[in-house]
Amino acid sequence: MTAQEVKNIVLKIITDIAPDEDVTSIDDNLTLREQIDLDSMDFLDIVMELRKRHKIEVPQEDYPKLATLKSCMDYLTPKFQTA
Amino acid sequence: MSNLNKKHRIVITGIGLTAPNGNNLGEFRNSLLEGKSGISKNEIRYMGEQSAGFCDFDETKYQTRKSRRRGTRAGSIAIYCSNEALLDSGLNLEEVDKDRVGVYLGITEHGNVETEEEVYQMHQNDLDYKLWAPFHNPRTVANSPAGEVTLNLKITGPHYTIGAACAGGNMGIIQGLQMLRLGEVDYALAGGVSESPQTFGIFAGFNSQGALAHNPEDPTKSIKPLDINRNGIVISEGGAVYVLETLENAENRGAKIYAEIIGYHSNSDASSYVNPNTERQIQCIEKALKNAMISKEEVDIVNMHATGTGAGDISEAGAINKVFRDSKHTFVNFTKGHIGHSMGAAGALELAGNLPSFTDNKIHPGINCDDLDPECEISNLVLNGPKQVDEVNVILNNSFGMLGINSVVIVKKYK
Repeated sequence: MTAQEVKNIVLKIITDIAPDEDVTSIDDNLTLREQIDLDSMDFLDIVMELRKRHKIEVPQEDYPKLATLKSCMDYLTPKFQTA
Repeated sequence: MSNLNKKHRIVITGIGLTAPNGNNLGEFRNSLLEGKSGISKNEIRYMGEQSAGFCDFDETKYQTRKSRRRGTRAGSIAIYCSNEALLDSGLNLEEVDKDRVGVYLGITEHGNVETEEEVYQMHQNDLDYKLWAPFHNPRTVANSPAGEVTLNLKITGPHYTIGAACAGGNMGIIQGLQMLRLGEVDYALAGGVSESPQTFGIFAGFNSQGALAHNPEDPTKSIKPLDINRNGIVISEGGAVYVLETLENAENRGAKIYAEIIGYHSNSDASSYVNPNTERQIQCIEKALKNAMISKEEVDIVNMHATGTGAGDISEAGAINKVFRDSKHTFVNFTKGHIGHSMGAAGALELAGNLPSFTDNKIHPGINCDDLDPECEISNLVLNGPKQVDEVNVILNNSFGMLGINSVVIVKKYK
């Protein structure tokens, strides 16, 4: 799975979690929380959906690695390849 | 009559509701007068098609899609009803002290929907408990539906739910009235909500009790209160929230006043988990009349709880006959033939459906009672067609529930 595909997966989850937000113009390098209305519970929801939909486990100590779309791609792409 | 001063006389100044046959008071009232049912056939998990009452209000009218995802169906119903009630009341929350607004909502149960869904999802995913939603706890705490209202409307006064089985709607109103009389709040958003048909367990439970109504050919005929051929309850969702305030406050701001709540009572059977107790229902009605300081002859309409179960209907008919036998001008109706049993919403919703009688002088009928059970014969029962009368001044609303909780609310036309 490519990094772009992983990005699309994350964006799809964010869209489901925060359906009122416009995710089309999110900057990959800025934190998600400064661009759209996401709180800590939403990040838990993202982790949950990754596990439910794609069997990807994100340990609690790695939650900061979901801060930006770029960091999501860097962190999750290898996990998708081994999943 | 009451000698309370205007600081202790509590009035209804706004109504927001959703029922299986209407999403505002006007729609609901028309459906009740026209005999329009809100019951349909629905697929229920594990159980196949069942008769049930679902509401079709717009969840996103007052709520973001994100908060709806995070919250509960009961919360969404409560948010819709509360916003509608406030709009109806003409009250602008930005112009009042939000610390002095209380939210008091009756519920039958809460948390079953979310818990059942989480267990179901876990079973679909190899019993992976780590998939249990992080929102499960805030969704299932008992104050959740009322708390969601405060989050939505930025109300900073007290909020909680009143767990009172199927008397919940009446008990929410009573709680709001009491807090206003105590001077704890200036405004109460009070009533009841139910999300019950979203969980199969309620259906399965009533089925196991032999009390789940069924009519595969015509779901609108499933629930038949007082009919000799009745076979149980139809489970429905819904909600009704009232803006309550003191008469003094309402008059000062020139509010439209639907009615004054002049009396109430609640008691316990202390006799059975599920079976009603006629003597205690009689006491509840009589003590409510005493609380209202009116005679039985002054009651124009009694809205029965009438769930369509054998024991419940016969018990309540016995209580009404005992209290109102000699009251020639008291008419009796019921609402669950139209909308099913909306559980924690029932008391508040059914009272709302009758309130327009103060202006149109019509009494909506109970429907689906085609062959009256002789044990449920009541004088002046309004069945299957509305009744026009000269004037309606007082409505008495029964709402009873499991574990033997009885509640009665009495309202009077404001003149």
